[in-house]
Amino acid sequence: MTDLFVAVLLRDLKLASRRRIDTLLPLVFFGVALSLFPLGVGPERETLRLIAPGVVWVCALLASMLSVNQLFAGDLADGSLEQMLLAPQPAVALAAAKCAVHWILTGLPLLVATPLVAVLFDLSLPAFAALAFGLLLGTPILSLLGALGAALTLGLRSGGMLLILIVLPLATPALIFGTGAVGTVEAGLSASGHFSLLGALLIVTALGAPWATAAALRISTE
Amino acid sequence: MLHAAALAGQRGDRVLFEQLHVELAPGTVTWPRGRNGRGKTTLLRLLAGLATPLAGEIRVAGALERRSDPASRRGLLYIGHQNGLKDDLSASEALAFLMRLAGSRPAAAEIEGALERLGVHAKRHALVRTLSQGQRRRVALARLALLLATPLWLLDEPFDALDVDGIATLNELLGEHAERGGATLLTSHQALSLAQPVPQVLDLDHHASGHGRA
Repeated sequence: MTDLFVAVLLRDLKLASRRRIDTLLPLVFFGVALSLFPLGVGPERETLRLIAPGVVWVCALLASMLSVNQLFAGDLADGSLEQMLLAPQPAVALAAAKCAVHWILTGLPLLVATPLVAVLFDLSLPAFAALAFGLLLGTPILSLLGALGAALTLGLRSGGMLLILIVLPLATPALIFGTGAVGTVEAGLSASGHFSLLGALLIVTALGAPWATAAALRISTE
Repeated sequence: MLHAAALAGQRGDRVLFEQLHVELAPGTVTWPRGRNGRGKTTLLRLLAGLATPLAGEIRVAGALERRSDPASRRGLLYIGHQNGLKDDLSASEALAFLMRLAGSRPAAAEIEGALERLGVHAKRHALVRTLSQGQRRRVALARLALLLATPLWLLDEPFDALDVDGIATLNELLGEHAERGGATLLTSHQALSLAQPVPQVLDLDHHASGHGRA
C-alpha cells in the first residue's frame, strides 16, 4: 500500500518539476489576487486588517480549486489512471498520494507565501501566526475535499463548474473557523477553540475523504 | 486460469452481450471477434476488473474477481487501448513506473533490455511526448518482455500502430508466453498473423444481446 503511495507521489512531483509554469499557477494566482485587494479597497489600515483573514482564506480556497481540476484528468486521458487502479494494491493509497501531491504543490507554497500577506495587510505578529497556523490545518482539508470533488466529476463535460459547487459548501466550515481564529486573536482572546475545531475537521476529512475518492475513481472509470 | 460464466456486459444503457462463457486455458491465445461496437473492449475491461459485469461471474485461478479486492488483480496484466504513458516522462521512466505499479522493481538494465527487445532502446531517454504512436505502443508493450511471471495477459488492440517488425516481435512474445503456460486474450481488428499457438476465436456476434430475436 505504501509502495503505490510513494510511487505515485514521486512520479507526480517529478512531472510537476518538468511543468514548472503549470505548477506555479496557483501560487501566482494567490499572490496576484491578494495584492489586488489593497489596491481595490484602498490603503486604510483598519479596513485592510479587518478583511485580511477572509481575503486570504477565500484566495487560498480559489487557488486550491484552480489546480484540483487537473488532478486526475490527465491520468484519465492517457490511460495511467486505469493502470494505477489495476495495481494490486488498494486504490485508497492512490487517492491519498494524489491529495498529498496537491497539498505539497498548492497548500505548502501558499503557506510559505503568507508572510507577504502580513506585509500587504499590515497584520500584527500574533494575528499573522494565527492565520498561518489556521492555514496549516486548513489547506490539507481543501486538498482532500478538492480531490474528492475532482474524482466525483471526473470525465464529465462540465465537471469544472460542478466541482466548485460540490467542494465550496463542504469547505465553508474550514473557512469560517480559519478566519474566526484570526478575529479572536486580534480581539485579545485565545483561538484554541477554533484550532481544535479545525484540527477535528482535518482528522475527519483525512479519515473519510481518501476512501470516498477511491470509490469515486472506480465509478468514474467504469 | 480465467473462467467467466454467463457473462453479460453493457455500455451505457445498452446490453452488448449476454450468456457469454470465456475460458482462458494455459498456453492459449483467445481472440474475441465481432463487429465494431460489439463489446470487445467492454469484455476486456470486465475481465481485467475495471468494470462490473451486469450478470455472471469471473474467476481468476479459482478465486472470484471483485473490483474492490486488489489481491484478485495479482497475476493479471492489462494493456488498454491507451498506453498509460505520461508525456513528460522519458520512455524508460514511464516503463519503470508501470512496472512499479505492477509490484515489480526491475533493474535499469532489465528495463533497457525490454526496450531493446521492442526496438525502442535508442529512444530510452527521449520524453514520451516526442515519440511516435508506434514507438509509444512499443514502450507500453515492453512490459510483456518483463512481466514473464504474470500468467494472464489482457491486451486491447496490441497490434495497433505497430509496423511489420513490431508485429513480428509481439507475435514472438505471445508465442513464448503460451509456451511458458500463460494465457492471453487480445483484440485485433485485423486478422492475426500469429502461427503458434493458433488463436481461438470467441464469437461475440453470436452472443449479441437480442440475437435471433430481431
